[in-house]
Amino acid sequence: MTIARKALVWGLFAAGGTLTSFVFPSLIALFLLIASGNTPVGLEYGQIHAFAASWMGKASLFGVIFLALWHAAHRLRVAAHDLGLRVDGLVASVLYLVAALGSALAVYYLVLI
Amino acid sequence: MGTRQIELEVMRYNPEKDEAPWFQQYSVPCEEDWAILDALIYVKDNLDSTLSYRWSCHMMVCGSCGMTVNGEPHLTCKTFIRDLPDKVRVEPLENFPIERDLVVVLDDVMQKLQLAKPYIIRKDDPPPEDEEYPQSRAALKKFKQYTMCINCMLCYSACPQYGLSNDFIGPAALSLAHRYNLDSRDQGKAQRLDILADHDGVWECSFVGACSEACPKNVDPAAAIQQMKVDGTMEWWKQKFGLTGDKP
Amino acid sequence: MSRRPYVRPMSRTTWYMRNGRFKVYMLRELTSLLVGFYAFLVLFGLVALSAGSEAQWNDFLASQQGPEMIALHGFALLYFLFYQTFAWFNLAPKAMPVQLGEKKLPAHFIVIAHYVAWAVVSAFIFWLAGAI
Ligand code: SF4
Repeated sequence: MTIARKALVWGLFAAGGTLTSFVFPSLIALFLLIASGNTPVGLEYGQIHAFAASWMGKASLFGVIFLALWHAAHRLRVAAHDLGLRVDGLVASVLYLVAALGSALAVYYLVLI
Repeated sequence: MGTRQIELEVMRYNPEKDEAPWFQQYSVPCEEDWAILDALIYVKDNLDSTLSYRWSCHMMVCGSCGMTVNGEPHLTCKTFIRDLPDKVRVEPLENFPIERDLVVVLDDVMQKLQLAKPYIIRKDDPPPEDEEYPQSRAALKKFKQYTMCINCMLCYSACPQYGLSNDFIGPAALSLAHRYNLDSRDQGKAQRLDILADHDGVWECSFVGACSEACPKNVDPAAAIQQMKVDGTMEWWKQKFGLTGDKP
Repeated sequence: MSRRPYVRPMSRTTWYMRNGRFKVYMLRELTSLLVGFYAFLVLFGLVALSAGSEAQWNDFLASQQGPEMIALHGFALLYFLFYQTFAWFNLAPKAMPVQLGEKKLPAHFIVIAHYVAWAVVSAFIFWLAGAI
């Protein structure tokens, strides 16, 4: 049913948009700190490994990656449409597939940690 | 009161003669308090009686004088000369076929307004003639803003998604559906879900927000559409978990 | 009188150049590239972390250093703040209006609440990362 699919896709997009709006500025700022050679202590191996090894850490890292990828995929799909690339079926399949693949890899590596 | 000479550049199109629209210049001595509509009326009365345009009330109520003024959709009765430069370009509303000069074909949106099922739907039988459905002021406040629409279609003219695909149901019709969905007397939300569920319904909107900026009545159609998306999503989860009796 | 309505063409690929509002909209939509980019960057971090060796992780950190990375992240941060975070917060009251009794809560209340929550979340993340 159309409503089911659209509502699910849009719901995840909205959740991803909210999450990234709140979290990504700090995330990018942390990368900025790393880039300038001021890696915060929490991102040193012992601490970050312990965080990613905890259930809370795994869940939040997966949540961020999955929702961000979904959000990006969905909006790029719309952007492609806006830019005149009118092959929605193909564009959507490719983008959602990449998002799904990225999420699956996140699960795989999180389990390994 | 002094007059100011305005160079009006008006798009003309005569379906019987012209292959494509073209621009005609008129030099109009405008009174200080004139709106663009007054200038057009001056042209028709004094300079060129062949010019066609729509208007009726001249007071922001009828919604028929919408045109593109210097690239933006406006009601010409409330777009004042004093706020404009000496050269003003007047075109028909964007995104609609041109019938003649500044008159556009509105058949498509008239049909779309019907799709919204803009009337109260009840599951029970209608009450006897002398009874009413009571409604609190708080309940009225919920949707009052969406009742202000005058069907001027500036929002459709502003919306790039409607311009790109006329299948999109569009801002005013979706706001109208939302208005009835929010009405405490209405029980037809499930029936209006078609408009939600359909590919050309709310999901076609990418929240450019241009409709709300264009709207002369502060209806804020973009807000209505986003609320319908949130609503549709919630509805879906509720159905998934069997929390609602409503079946679309 | 014959009807022959004229349809003005609209470019499917360059329509957004028509006015400033549309250009801002397209710039806003392009933040999705940043969202995808940083999601994958975090994923690469996880790959390095999953190797289970400190050296591997330090290699990843080292690969992220340098002036060009500072420029990239600096630009991304500003772009993201204005076109995603602030844009999202400012539009939030449209999607989720709040009505108390007969009054609608003014939109800026909802927007301010978002900024406050954002400050708290950011502080928490920095605290978690040991940056403050
Ligand atoms: S929503 Fe506003 S712009 Fe659109 S038709 Fe109604 S009054 Fe006009």
